[in-house]
Amino acid sequence: MSKLISDKTKAVFLGPLSKNNPITVQVLGICSALAVTAKLEPALVMGLSVTIIVAFSNVIISLLRNTIPNRIRIIVQLVVVAALVTIVSEILKAFAYDVSVQLSVYIGLIITNCILMGRLEAFAMSNKPWESFVDGLGNGFGYAWILVVVAFFRELLGSGTLLGLRVIPQAVYDAGYVNNGLMILPPMALILVACIIWVHRARNKELQEK
Amino acid sequence: MNTNKNSYTLIYATVMVVIVALMLALVSSSLKGIQTANVELDKKKQILSSLNISLEGQDAAALYDKYIVKELVINSKAEVLSDVKGDAFKLDYIKELAKKIEERQLPLYIAEVEGVTKYIIPLRGAGLWGPIWGYIALNEDRNSVYGTFFSHASETPGLGAEIAYPAFQQQFVGKRIFNDSNDFVSIAVMKAGQVSDKQDQIDAISGGTITSKGVEQMLLNCIGQYEAYLKISNGGTEE
Repeated sequence: MSKLISDKTKAVFLGPLSKNNPITVQVLGICSALAVTAKLEPALVMGLSVTIIVAFSNVIISLLRNTIPNRIRIIVQLVVVAALVTIVSEILKAFAYDVSVQLSVYIGLIITNCILMGRLEAFAMSNKPWESFVDGLGNGFGYAWILVVVAFFRELLGSGTLLGLRVIPQAVYDAGYVNNGLMILPPMALILVACIIWVHRARNKELQEK
Repeated sequence: MNTNKNSYTLIYATVMVVIVALMLALVSSSLKGIQTANVELDKKKQILSSLNISLEGQDAAALYDKYIVKELVINSKAEVLSDVKGDAFKLDYIKELAKKIEERQLPLYIAEVEGVTKYIIPLRGAGLWGPIWGYIALNEDRNSVYGTFFSHASETPGLGAEIAYPAFQQQFVGKRIFNDSNDFVSIAVMKAGQVSDKQDQIDAISGGTITSKGVEQMLLNCIGQYEAYLKISNGGTEE
C-alpha cells in the first residue's frame, strides 16, 4: 500500500502553487483575476468558490472519464461545471443570503473561468479521482493566492482599506496623501499580475524563455 | 465499449441532461421556501436600513413590525388604493414601473421612529452594468431626507458599488426634494466642484459617474411618481 499522500500527489498539489501556477505560468483565468480584485473580500470568496468547484468537478469528470464520448467531452465538462455552480449558488441563496447577494455576479462568472475547463481537459480526463481532487485544490489555491495578493495591493493603495476596514490613518490623509484611483481601474490588475510574473520568473530561472 | 458511436453519444448526452435537470430541479424546489423567506426578510432589512436603524444581531422581522406602522398602496394622483398591511409589501414594483404612470400601483411605507412619522419610498433604476435600487425615507415635512439605502446587482467594486456604502448614503440626510417655491426638483448627484443652482446636491463617486447619474435619475423618476401625495401636506413653504 502506498501512503495516502504520495510524492506524485504532493507534486500535483504544490506545482500549481508556484512553478505551474494557473495565472502566472499557464496564464489561465486572467479575466476574472482582473474583474474581482478591486477589493479583497470578493477576491477571497472567488478564490474559495473556484477552489471548491474545480476540485469537485475534477473528481466528477475523473470518475466519468472512461465513459465520456470523445466528441462531446467539452459539453459534458461544461454541463458538470454549470450544474455545480448553479447548485453552489442556490445553496448560498438559501443559507448565506447576504453573501450570495454580494457575490451573485462572481458566482456566475466561475462557469466562464478558463482554469476549470483547462484542468478538466488537461488533468481530470486522464487521471484518477484522488489525484484529480488534489490537482483541483492545488490549482484553486494557486489561483486564489494570486488574486488575494493583487486585491491586497489594489484595495490598500486604491481605497486605503482592507476588507472594508480603514487601515491608512486619517492623519496620513491630512498630511496630503491621496488614494491612487488608478489602482481601482482594471489596467492596474494587469500591471500587478505582470509584476508578480516578473518577480516569479526572476526567481525561477527555468521558467524564462531563451 | 466503443464510446465513439453516434448512438452511444446521443444516449449519453440525453441521460446526462435528464440527470442534471432532475438534480437541479430537486435542489431548486427543495430550497425555494427558504429562499423566498430570505428575499422577504432582506426586503424588510433594506426598508429598515433607510431609517438608519442598526440591524446588528437584531430580528429584522420583529423590528419591521415595530417601526413600519402603515403600508399604503397609492396611485400617482395621491389616491389611497389600499391600506391593508402586506398589500404594498407584496406589490411587484418592477412590474408596476413598466406600466403607464396613471395605472401604476405605488407602494408607500409609513414608519414611526421615536414618535415621528417617516415616509419611505422604494426606488428602482439603472446603473452601469445592471439594475440599482433602494429606499429613501423622508421626514414628516415630506420634503427633507431622513435616510437612504441603495444597493445594486453588478456595479464595479470600488467605483459604482460605493453607492451601497454609508459614505455615499449619509450625504443625502437633510437634503430637500422640493425647492423654495415648492416645485419637485429631486436631488442632484454632481461631480465634485460642480454646483447645481436649481436644487440640493450631493457629491458623485469619482470613477463611478454613470452609476452616480443612475442614482440621480432613479431619485427623479421614482420620487416623482409620489409628487402629488407628498405635496398634500408638504410642510416647508406655503403656496
